[in-house]
Amino acid sequence: MTDRLLLKGGRVIDPGRSVDADLDLLLVDGEVAELETRVAARGAEVIDVSGLVVCPGFIDLHTHLRQPGREDKETIATGTRAAAAGGFTAVCAMPNTEPVNDQAGITRAILEAAAREGAVRVWPIGAITRGSKGEELAEYGDMREAGCVAVSDDGRPVASARMMRRALEYAKGFDLTVIDHCEEPTLAQGASMNEGAVATMLGLRGAPGAGEAIMVERDVLLAELTGGKLHIAHASTAASVDAVRRGKARGVRVTAEATPQHLLLTDELVRTSEYDTSTKMNPPLRAEEDRQGLIQGLRDGAVDCIATDHAPHTVDDKKVEYDAAAFGVVGLETAVALCLDRLVAAGLISLGRLIELLSTRPAAILGLPGGTLAPGAAADVTVLDLSRRHKVDPARFHSKSRNTPFGGWTLKGAPALTIVGGRVAWGHGR
Amino acid sequence: MTAPAYPHRHLLGIEPLEASHIQAVLDTAEALREVLDRPIKKVPALRGKTVVNLFYEASTRTRASFEIAEKVLSADSLSIATSTSSVQKGETLLDTAKNLEAMNPDMIVLRHSASGAAHFLARHCRSAIVNAGDGAHEHPTQALLDALTLRQRKGRLEGLRVAIVGDVLHSRVARSNLWLLTKMGAKVTLCAPPTLMPPGIETLAPTTSRIEEAVEGADAIMMLRIQQERMTGGYFPTLREYHARFGLTEERVRLAKKDVLILHPGPMNRGVEIASEVADGPYSVILDQVTNGVAVRMAVLYLLLGGAEAA
Repeated sequence: MTDRLLLKGGRVIDPGRSVDADLDLLLVDGEVAELETRVAARGAEVIDVSGLVVCPGFIDLHTHLRQPGREDKETIATGTRAAAAGGFTAVCAMPNTEPVNDQAGITRAILEAAAREGAVRVWPIGAITRGSKGEELAEYGDMREAGCVAVSDDGRPVASARMMRRALEYAKGFDLTVIDHCEEPTLAQGASMNEGAVATMLGLRGAPGAGEAIMVERDVLLAELTGGKLHIAHASTAASVDAVRRGKARGVRVTAEATPQHLLLTDELVRTSEYDTSTKMNPPLRAEEDRQGLIQGLRDGAVDCIATDHAPHTVDDKKVEYDAAAFGVVGLETAVALCLDRLVAAGLISLGRLIELLSTRPAAILGLPGGTLAPGAAADVTVLDLSRRHKVDPARFHSKSRNTPFGGWTLKGAPALTIVGGRVAWGHGR
Repeated sequence: MTAPAYPHRHLLGIEPLEASHIQAVLDTAEALREVLDRPIKKVPALRGKTVVNLFYEASTRTRASFEIAEKVLSADSLSIATSTSSVQKGETLLDTAKNLEAMNPDMIVLRHSASGAAHFLARHCRSAIVNAGDGAHEHPTQALLDALTLRQRKGRLEGLRVAIVGDVLHSRVARSNLWLLTKMGAKVTLCAPPTLMPPGIETLAPTTSRIEEAVEGADAIMMLRIQQERMTGGYFPTLREYHARFGLTEERVRLAKKDVLILHPGPMNRGVEIASEVADGPYSVILDQVTNGVAVRMAVLYLLLGGAEAA
C-alpha cells in the first residue's frame, strides 16, 4: 500500500531550483516523486490546487514549544498544530524549556512526544551551555546524535566572549550552528522596551539598539576567529544587519533571521496601544530606521530568513503591569499571512524571495531536509492562497496562547494547505 | 450643548490633555481653594461618592493631600497602603483593584512604581482612575499644582521661562510638568547631567547639562529630587560633586530673574540638589505647592465625580 498524493494545477514556486510554473506535483511515500506539467493520478488522492501557489514547506527556525515544563503556555501538540495552520511544515524548538534541553535525554523526550503528537516536524535545538547558564558547554556530541540540529541559549545571551568562542569552536566538530540571542546584558538591564524618545515619554526603561549590535559584532568577529557557523536570532536593529552584511562580505560563516513583528512594527506601538503588553518582546520593537534596515536586509540578502520567535504566554503572564509582563508574542499562525500581505503585496519583496526566506534558506542554514521540491526530497509542501482575505482572530488560534499584537488586522493572502511527509497536516476549511 | 470643560473619564496623565482641559482644572482649583480658608472646611459636593486611595509606593504629601481633598468634598474615602494589605500575600494589582471594585467605589486613586499602571487599571476596571504617580511616566496632579502655584504668583503661564533641573531620567514630575508647561505656552529648559537625561527628550524641549545656562533669566526653577540610589547606580560619582556641579545654590539663583520662583515636589535632599538657604529662601514657594496640592486634587475629584452632574 503506497501513500500517493497529487497536487494538481497549482503554480509551483521552488526558488532553490529557479522553478516558477504551472505544474502538477506527485508525492509518493513521503517523498517528492514527480513535478511535471501534467501528472496522471494513477490511483493517487488528488487535490485541486488551481489558483493556488505550491512551494517547498516552510521551516521556522525559531519556535518556543514550551514542552517540557510549561505546558500551560504551549505543548508540542498545540504548538505544532499552530505551525501547521500557519503554513509551517517544520519548526525548530528552542531549548529554554523547564528543564532546559541541554542533554540527549531531554532531546529524545521531545522527539518522542513530537513523533506521537506533532502535526509537523520538530527539530530540537540544544543548549549552548548547561542550563543555559553561560558557564559550561553542554554535550553537543550527544545532543547531535539524539537529534539536535543547532545549539542556542535563546532568551539569554552568551555573556562571556570566551564561552562563545569555545561554543563556536566545539560546535564545528559536530557541524552544529550556534544561534545567539544577541544582547549585551548590562545595557539591557531592567528594560521593558526599546530605548529612545518613546520609552522616555512612557517612562519605561529602554534597552539601546547598540546593546544588540555590540554582541552581533562580537559574535561575527568570533565566528571569523574560529571558523564556526553562527546564526543571529531575531535581528532587530539596522546596525545588527549591517554587522552581518559586513561579515558575509569578508566570508564569515554568519546568517541572520528577522521576525515579522520586527519587520512590521515599531516601538511607537507601545505608546499608541497604551502599554498593551502584547507589544512587549525581547528584542523589543525598535525605531522606524531599524525596521527599514531589516527590510533592506531582506532585499539585499544580509538577512537570510524570516523566523517567528513564537513565544506563547498565559493570560496571567501578560495581564499585568507592563514592567511585570513576560516578553514575547505568538507568531506561527500570523507570520505567513503578514508577510504575504505586508511584504509581498506591499511590493517590498517578491513572492519568490519570501519563499526563499521561509523555506529554502532556513533548510540550508541548518542542513535540514526540505526547502526544495526536487524529486527525492521530503514531501513537505506549503500551499498558499494569495487572494484569501481574513481578519486575525486570536480566539481561533490553535496555539494555547493569544499574546499577539496583530489581533484584528485584515490580511490578504494566507496558507491554504500544509503537507508534511506527503500527508495533509492542515488545510483551510478541511 | 457645549462640550464639558474636562471631557475625560480618568486622569491618567497630562500628555493626552488639551490646554483648555488644563485650564478647566486650574480654574476649578482656584474656585475651590477658598473652601480651605473657611472655618468649616467642608462642602457636600461629593456626598455619597466613594474613593479608594491605593498606594503601592511610600507617599506623605500626595496621599495626605488626596485624603484631605476627599474629606473636604464630603466623599467617603479609604486609603490602602500595600505594606499592610493583601499585596503582601502576593495578590496582583489587578486582583486587588477588582476586589476593591466589587465594593463599588466611584474612583480609584493609584500610586504605583510601574509606568502605565494607571492605564492598566483604566483598561480593566469600571471606576474612574486618577494617576497619583506611575513609575517614571507621569504625576499629573503634581504638574497641575505646580502650574496653579506659578499662575497665582505670575498671573500667567504663557511665555514663562521655566528650568526643570535634576534627575529628569527617573522623574515623572519632570515629564508631567514638561507636557503641561509646553501645552500652556511656557518655555521649558531641561537640565541634568547627561547620564540622567532621558534619550530622545530633546525632541520635546531644549536640554543642557549646565545649570547656569538653564537658570539664566528663568521665571521659575523646578528642582527634582536626587535619589541616593542613583549614585550607587553609577549615574554620577558622588553627591558632593552633584551638589557642586548641578545643585541649586544662592549664587546660581542670582542668574535667574529677580522674582524667580523655586519649586520642589519634595521630599528634598538639602545640600544635594538644593542648598538649604535656597529651599528656605524668599523665592521658595515649596509650601504653597503643598497647599495648592489640596485644591488641585479637590478640582480633579470634583470634575471627575461631581462636575458632570452639577453642570
